[in-house]
Amino acid sequence: MTDGPLFHRDRNWHPKGFTPDYKTSVVRSPQKALLSMNTTLSEETGPVFGHEMLGDLDNDLILNFAQPGEMALGQRIIVHGRVLDENGRGVPGALLEFWQANAGGRYRHAKEGYLAPLDPNFGGCGRTITGDDGGYAFRTIKPGAYPWPNGVNDWRPAHIHFSVFGRSFGQRLITQMYFEGDPMIPLCPIVRTISDPDAVAQLIAPLDMNNTIPMDARAYKFDIVLRGRRSTLFENRMEGN
Amino acid sequence: MQKLTHIKENPSQTAGPYVHIGCVPNFCGITGVYDQDLGASMVNDQTKGDRITVTGSVFDGTGTPLKDALVEIWQADANGIYPNGDPRGDADQNFTGWGRAAGDYDTGVWSFETIKPGAVPFPDGRMMAPHISFWIVARGINIGLQTRMYFPNDPMLADDPWLTRIEHQNRVQTLIATEKTPTTFQFDIHLQGPDETIFFDV
Ligand SMILES: [Fe+3]
Repeated sequence: MTDGPLFHRDRNWHPKGFTPDYKTSVVRSPQKALLSMNTTLSEETGPVFGHEMLGDLDNDLILNFAQPGEMALGQRIIVHGRVLDENGRGVPGALLEFWQANAGGRYRHAKEGYLAPLDPNFGGCGRTITGDDGGYAFRTIKPGAYPWPNGVNDWRPAHIHFSVFGRSFGQRLITQMYFEGDPMIPLCPIVRTISDPDAVAQLIAPLDMNNTIPMDARAYKFDIVLRGRRSTLFENRMEGN
Repeated sequence: MQKLTHIKENPSQTAGPYVHIGCVPNFCGITGVYDQDLGASMVNDQTKGDRITVTGSVFDGTGTPLKDALVEIWQADANGIYPNGDPRGDADQNFTGWGRAAGDYDTGVWSFETIKPGAVPFPDGRMMAPHISFWIVARGINIGLQTRMYFPNDPMLADDPWLTRIEHQNRVQTLIATEKTPTTFQFDIHLQGPDETIFFDV
């Protein structure tokens, strides 16, 4: 038994492309139906990254942009969890890249115009690679909420963006993590591109007091599930096709 | 009844306008964290195969190029072997197969320096014409868009087992690059409109 084609994506669980309350999607969503295909080697293979590419501070956003002896401002948190596939198996060697606003809700980016100040000791990017069981962790500060031009008074809830690589290019995923208890979550037009409340709940990380470091940092747990693959038990036709 | 143990994929969310911070921080001026942006170079002096440049823009439904798109590509080596996860053997050690590029802030143009891929098999064993897989994310795109680029004037196109499954054959040309020079291929991606690129649910 070997790994076969990727599971089809549930396009009703994911957001649709055309979601007019998120205005930018109106001219950026395909108007024709996506063409459904089964995966081939082109989607089942994919880039894999080794732990040797990581720097010591890549998973520490409090320190990785800070001046020597300085630290990023904000509420110190650890984000941890596992990368799994839809069969519930841990995905080892998965590269996670994450980015976020600073504690005041400001991004370090030329196109960013929010009046909240930059933190000179906060860059806002980090990355890590999962271990043998699919586990990962990084340290950062809790990002602030920020306003954005969509409706006249739309705000993003506090969130961390994640880019995830599994073993297959067809598993590529970008998503966002939200924080338990944030009243801004249900108001956000980007969150609301997802129609199923259970799917939204999958992106909300609970506070995890058991993994908090006392007198130092609280913890939030965020698992990330990537597409699974079918077993090929009855697909390798020995007699040929 | 027993329960199936499958769990659901995390739902996608848009990459947003600041995807550069996480994916190409050096490109957007966040230096000193990573030595270089991932996916910036796919080849080196030893890489086998014909060197090519693949360039293009992503256009929205008004015909305006996106200036905040991030494009990733994945392809086989010159012999048609993928650099990771290919059960048929080892690929060229001097080829990564994977590239990532952000559109230029002013023009939206992105480009990759790579090699022409070899053909790879369809699941039934027939060969697919050489192609490059694309994944496009940006602000306003709720879930990454998957498509493929093929090469013009390739005799394998006519029998390609993937392309021949497409009902509307008049749209297949949206997947075929334009040859600008013998080593430069332009592949513009149209999110909407009469030239809307074919995107795959795959
Ligand atoms: Fe954001």
